[in-house]
Amino acid sequence: MAAVPNLVTMKGITKAFPGVVALEDVDFALRRGEIHALMGENGAGKSTLIKVLTGVEHPDSGSIELEGKPIQVRSPLHSQELGISTVYQEVNLCTNISVAENIMLGREPYRFGSIDWKTMNRSAKTALKRLDIEIDVSRPLAEYSLAIQQMVAIARSLEISGAKILILDEPTSSLDANETALLFDVMRKLKGEGLGIVFITHFLEQVYRIADRITVLRNGKLVGTYDVASLPRLELVAKMLGRSVTELDAMSQVKTQAEQTQAVKPVVQANALGLHGALEPLDLELHRGEVLGLAGLLGSGRTETANLLFGVDAPDSGTLVVKDEAVKKFSPNESLKRGIALCPEDRKAEGVVGELTIRENIILALQARYGWFKFLDKQKQYTIAQEYIQLLGIVAPSPDQLVKNLSGGNQQKVILARWLATNPDVLILDEPTRGIDVGAKAEIQKLVLQLAAQNKSIVFISSELEEVLRISQRIVVLRDHKKAAEFTGTVDDQTVMHAMAGTV
Amino acid sequence: MTENLSTAKGASESPASAQTMGRFRPPRVPLFKRVRESALFWPLAALALILVFDAFYAPSFFRIEIQDGHLYGNLIDVVNNAAPLMLVAIGMTLVIATGGIDLSVGAVIAISAAMGAVLINPALGNQLITNDILTRDATNTPLPLIVLADLAAGTLCGLWNGFLVSRGRIQPMVATLILMVAGRGIAQLITNGQIMTIYYTPYFWFGNGFILGLPVAIYIVVGVLILAWFVVRKTSIGLFIESVGLNAKSSYYTGINEKNVKLFAYTFCGFCGAIAGLILSSNLHSSDANNIGLNYELDAILAVVMGGTLMSGGRFSLVASAIGALVIWTFTITVYTVGVPANALLAAKAVLVLAVILLYSDYTRRLLNRFERTDRKTAPSTDVEQRV
Repeated sequence: MAAVPNLVTMKGITKAFPGVVALEDVDFALRRGEIHALMGENGAGKSTLIKVLTGVEHPDSGSIELEGKPIQVRSPLHSQELGISTVYQEVNLCTNISVAENIMLGREPYRFGSIDWKTMNRSAKTALKRLDIEIDVSRPLAEYSLAIQQMVAIARSLEISGAKILILDEPTSSLDANETALLFDVMRKLKGEGLGIVFITHFLEQVYRIADRITVLRNGKLVGTYDVASLPRLELVAKMLGRSVTELDAMSQVKTQAEQTQAVKPVVQANALGLHGALEPLDLELHRGEVLGLAGLLGSGRTETANLLFGVDAPDSGTLVVKDEAVKKFSPNESLKRGIALCPEDRKAEGVVGELTIRENIILALQARYGWFKFLDKQKQYTIAQEYIQLLGIVAPSPDQLVKNLSGGNQQKVILARWLATNPDVLILDEPTRGIDVGAKAEIQKLVLQLAAQNKSIVFISSELEEVLRISQRIVVLRDHKKAAEFTGTVDDQTVMHAMAGTV
Repeated sequence: MTENLSTAKGASESPASAQTMGRFRPPRVPLFKRVRESALFWPLAALALILVFDAFYAPSFFRIEIQDGHLYGNLIDVVNNAAPLMLVAIGMTLVIATGGIDLSVGAVIAISAAMGAVLINPALGNQLITNDILTRDATNTPLPLIVLADLAAGTLCGLWNGFLVSRGRIQPMVATLILMVAGRGIAQLITNGQIMTIYYTPYFWFGNGFILGLPVAIYIVVGVLILAWFVVRKTSIGLFIESVGLNAKSSYYTGINEKNVKLFAYTFCGFCGAIAGLILSSNLHSSDANNIGLNYELDAILAVVMGGTLMSGGRFSLVASAIGALVIWTFTITVYTVGVPANALLAAKAVLVLAVILLYSDYTRRLLNRFERTDRKTAPSTDVEQRV
């Protein structure tokens, strides 16, 4: 082990915020030429550790060594100068200017007092070439996919600092499978060049695909650092949760209890429902007490289907029948009255209203159904909010807490609570578990099954196939905005994956 | 957990579960913190600051005399003069809270005033307006009808704005700019291009009358404020307005009809502008389409900002905006009282705007927060040492 010198060694890092100890005596070491996954639930201390390394926060105690020399990271700018660069989940670039401008922003080459576009484009091209990417750098960034945008962000950060260390914070959460593969190629290439890469993700499967070592944190403490090969997946989850392996096994048994679908009239029936450019005519049935999984790659039409069913978009062909009534007016407001609910894919933009309190967020949909004049008084609002806070285990000091201050998992629960409060018959969940920690994920899955057991119908959309397989009784696979296949009962992931990829 | 779920299902339907839960009490917040974080804190602080200044440099400011059973004095003047602006600020608050803006309120004031003037005077159409017509102290139309027509005209303007913004999906600034420009033209058409003098005593009551020694305008403002407060806080409209202003997309996905919410805000703003026009024309005894309510939209926006509502929309406080309007007029009258020449007023006002912007900036807020935190840290420090 001593053969590979550590690039960064963090020893005994402790950082306390008023009220909480975010990190307690944590050690972390990153070697040259390795991809090191940093794992843990939300609140485990991952982001604080990264913030300490990048100079956003200053540790209360502990030391950091960079290539054997003790350093103190004073600020994010300083960390860049030291060769530590970070690419965040939400790409911090300007999509309306060109790729080259994005890469060279702030360091534009000048010639005769004006920007030297030729040199700029050339430098940008070289920077991307390092990642094996060849695109027209003079086009606006918006024209390229999220994956490319991410590469541009990486290229930019490598360009700025001549980085030795690259920190990728949830880089894959909005990428589809192909794009992820592209990113991984780049990561492997950089690893081959001797960079140390810290990789933070919620996708276990990806960790096993690309990482060399894993460091697990839990509640601000170090659980341990392991070689990927020596840590089975279930054990990793157990370490992150601090639970035993047998407990987790028991959890996946829940599904079998709910697995009795009665063959009565469907609650929702879509006949050739379609919208030009979004979804080709689709037949779909949803029964009472059923969990219907919608699988497919990103951009396969999953979200489009959800939006049509909920009336966010109005279809231009086919019919939708809900509870024996043909739907004529399509809008979320109408769907709400019909007893359909949608937890949208983009939690921040379409889900929560961050500046409102938990209480207000929870009663919002119920109030929208009641209209302007049947106003729930404060006391009633508190009662409802309090009930769902307890029921869903939302962790917050009070119902008056602003939702933007909650973790991702808790925000998701608030949206769930919002819809559960309206007592819907049909619940469409679009990526309800994206970007939230393993514990909250399991809770939401459990909740879905319980709701189904209460005769509610659920459409469950997720990028994580394993999750869809685990809780759905029926799975519809979408591909290229079309229904590609439908499976009832137990299927193995291989079959579904083939359907998703179109290689049956 | 399964049983829990089934009780929760009923929660939205029946109040029975409320009893089993017990009354929930929101956590107590210390009084000082509540005061400090109240929406009224900053505008009241600004008002107090100006009044303290007056106490030293213009003690006459506080003198109130009783003449014919009416109260007279600078303070009364402030409130009376500020009334139209307070009304406009109340309407503007709702519009800004939805994330919009209404530039047309000044023009709406002109239209409403023109409406009143024309209905009083017989000079409709192309009739020549002679002096004896203007000074006849008579009206062509019964007073209640005049008031109603005033309000209807303004409300209609608001409705127009609301339609452009919510149904036409035109950016609020552009949409209301149309009426800002066109509105004064419409007012001129109504008055046939004349500056109309109003001579009808009962009409003057709104801007100059007194009830129990206090100007009528004050009662109107308080009345509208109470009405608005009830509409906004005792129905769900206030919550929807804030929600739409904070995140229109989420609100739409939640089933809130954001179009109607916006339509309501603009319409109400037009209604407030109409009342302001009524009071102003009554107070001035005239309707000058080009000058009545000039720059009111900008003063109203300033008042709303002083009241702590963000220009991007969201949380709002009607009372705070009204106090903001009061601050602007207290400032104006103070400047006059101290003896600053009228032509320097706008420059003096610029100082006020600058002070407001600085006071409300993130930087100042952070400074204040830090100040407060260090304040608190001194007390429980023993606690930390014990742990070490």
